Amino acid sequence: MLGSIIAARPATFEAAASVLARASADGHTVRLRGGGTKLAWGRVGPESPIELCTARLAQVVEHNAGDLTAVLEAGVRLADAQKRFATAGQMLALDPPLASPASSDRNATIGGIVASGDSGPLRHRYGAPRDLVLGMTVALGDGTIAQSGGKVIKNVAGYDLAKLFAGSFGTLGLILSVNVRLHPEPLAHATALGAGGDPTTVAAAARALAAAPLELDALDIAWRAGRGGVLARCAGANPVERAQRVAKMMRAAGLQDVDVTEDDDALWARQRAGQRSSAGAMVKVSARPSALAEVLEAADLCGGVVVGRAALGVSYVEVDPVAVKRLLAALPAGARCILLDAPAELRAEIDPWGGEDGPALELMRQVKSRFDPTGVCNPRLFVGGI
Amino acid sequence: MSASALVSRLEALCGAQYVLTHPHALATYGSDGLTQYHQIPLAVARPGTAQQVQAVVRACYEAGVPWVARGAGTGLSGGALPVAEGVLIALSRLRRIIAVDLDDSAIVVEPGVTNLAISHAVSPTHFFPPDPSSQIVCSIGGNVAENSGGAHCFKYGFTTNYVIGLEVVLSDGTVVELDRDDPGYDLLGAFVGSEGTLGVATRIRLRVIPVPESVRTLVAFFDHTSAAGDAVTAIVSAGIVPGAIEMMDRLSIKAAEAATHAGYSLDAGAALIVELDGPEEECNARFEQVMTLCSDAGARDVRVAESEAERALIWKTRKAAFAAMGRIAPAYYVQDGVIPRTRLSEVLTRIDELATEYGLQVANVFHAGDGNLHPLVCYDSARAGEPERAEELAGLIVKACVDAGGSITGEHGVGVDKKRYMPEMFAEPDLDAFQRLRCAFDPHRLANPGKVMPTPRLCGEVPGPYREHPLERSGVAERF
Repeated sequence: MLGSIIAARPATFEAAASVLARASADGHTVRLRGGGTKLAWGRVGPESPIELCTARLAQVVEHNAGDLTAVLEAGVRLADAQKRFATAGQMLALDPPLASPASSDRNATIGGIVASGDSGPLRHRYGAPRDLVLGMTVALGDGTIAQSGGKVIKNVAGYDLAKLFAGSFGTLGLILSVNVRLHPEPLAHATALGAGGDPTTVAAAARALAAAPLELDALDIAWRAGRGGVLARCAGANPVERAQRVAKMMRAAGLQDVDVTEDDDALWARQRAGQRSSAGAMVKVSARPSALAEVLEAADLCGGVVVGRAALGVSYVEVDPVAVKRLLAALPAGARCILLDAPAELRAEIDPWGGEDGPALELMRQVKSRFDPTGVCNPRLFVGGI
Repeated sequence: MSASALVSRLEALCGAQYVLTHPHALATYGSDGLTQYHQIPLAVARPGTAQQVQAVVRACYEAGVPWVARGAGTGLSGGALPVAEGVLIALSRLRRIIAVDLDDSAIVVEPGVTNLAISHAVSPTHFFPPDPSSQIVCSIGGNVAENSGGAHCFKYGFTTNYVIGLEVVLSDGTVVELDRDDPGYDLLGAFVGSEGTLGVATRIRLRVIPVPESVRTLVAFFDHTSAAGDAVTAIVSAGIVPGAIEMMDRLSIKAAEAATHAGYSLDAGAALIVELDGPEEECNARFEQVMTLCSDAGARDVRVAESEAERALIWKTRKAAFAAMGRIAPAYYVQDGVIPRTRLSEVLTRIDELATEYGLQVANVFHAGDGNLHPLVCYDSARAGEPERAEELAGLIVKACVDAGGSITGEHGVGVDKKRYMPEMFAEPDLDAFQRLRCAFDPHRLANPGKVMPTPRLCGEVPGPYREHPLERSGVAERF
């Protein structure tokens, strides 16, 4: 049967679960997918004979505007859900690449975004998918359908399995639906931006803004070939006034060409787009926020282009595939790196997750063996070959 | 290993003065904040370092003895209730602040540090947002175990949103470092709120955030909780996210006023505390709007805190509500149900009906923004049958919350007290999924057994053939 792939597109939770149950009983593995925008991420694993796609699980099951919550089936495209929420002046505070209603390329589904833990500039204020998911319904490797969490914004009953599944890359089971917390869409927004040519100055400016009580919606960095800048988005009732204040702080911190703009959508679209690479390699770097200057210097050494969340220490560095190893060696000690977009040859050569064995990895293996005992879901895609 | 051999080993590990076995000494640890439950453990160990905690856990593992970790013992679900024949590991000596790293907006602490001490350690520029009412004494280790909330979590989130690193001792004594940025499963996220059943945290790294520039607080009085509820809906619908939005009903106002003399009107049906914080421009613009929305919803009096002292008094009155109930009744059951905010009026009416039916007083104090209710079911143990009636009524209130699409617990945890309600929220396959996580971390079920899950469950070997466990054979436990 090598080379022939069965594509399953179930329209119900039960049908989706039965695909996994059957595969488990028959000793097959299953490749899980949503919109297919991140299929190449992770390790190059063995090809599965079955592909299970969430395309027909695409209902916005609930939008409880008064409660600022929603229930979304996994195959709902985030961009479509956002349009719906916007009619009530609300949003799901997630803005990863390929999910903006304003973009033509917007196939990312909520299931895929949660499963991969992907996020965008709004992570600065609102957190990652794991912080916005209130509950989840999943199909485990053996076909068990299980719920955890709830639909209310505050709930500590039972284990928080939604956090475990968020970022698990479909290796524990298939996310069928997610219950999410929504936020009010800001009344208005404005962005202050400032530029600089010295990594230390730019990083220090970002750090000063991060430490100030500004309640920024986003605080990003952009860097290319020894020059870059800081972008700070203010949102709310008086964003321009606040952005002017941010601009003043930027000037005081030594940034140049400081400006404030209300017409800032394109700026942030560019930041999101900078998290993906079609021809090169994209390395997601998590370091202490105070090590930002070192990350920028490392990127410069390798001809890298950086966008990132300055206050969170998360940077996306795009480099030529041949420069990835050099980048990894140049990054500050303690930085964690994940190779996202990259040619298959490179992903076969370098472990995209970085290989570090230890008790935590052993515990992850135990978790995998409990939730997917026969190893049906996305085999060997994940950390340590899980 | 015999019990006395284990005690000797614990004494060798911690120092004899830090291992308690005398019944009088053990009695202190028999209950946590929920005193309806009481259980004397085999021994209490009070390790002084993370290494000692690990050694104690390892000794328990080798002896096959279960253990329960305890912080300050302020929990309200019996989560730190000892296990008979088990060891209680009290973490109160682990209260060092290991590192304050404001360049990275982080602090590293031992589990016994109090919640408030964390904010003090990063003040005046930063603070740690989760603020349970017990924050002056409750420990961060307990906050991590319970995923504690507090009055400000509607805007700022819960403990789980702030924990960025943990050192955890698993039940076999293995030490695991979990970091928010590590590639792989979010074991950190799974651990926070696991109520001590997955292991014990010995070092905690937290994110802290800048202290808001401006804080504006008001308390508005209404004739009825439903009008106050309308005000909450209007505020939230306007896209305002208050730092805190808290409601007290007539009975809790009466109790709290007697304790703090804040000058609350005793004939008001509801008091609504609204606090906005953030950048000054934003805060001021929105605060005017909140005052208007409260008046529009029928507030008969709106008092704005004009000084930090006035603000402190408003909060003192709110946070004193639980303790002040002693002025109303000798004992109470506190519930922790959550409902979708839009169902508030309906559920409060249901609670009123139930209270009348049972002939008991129920005071309501709640986090109105996130729909987290704390009904206090008052009773007198001296009256025959009243505790049982109160408990039954409390159970029906929880059920009303679940029926409205909510949860059995918003921040107190399941512990022993609410595990019987778990099947109201979760079906067997859901509970089975929980058990899979438990078994991955603690296959021998030594960490805080008997909590969270409604019935005892075993961990099968995975993968492998089925083998009947002696406990199954004797009918004590069932396998999933």
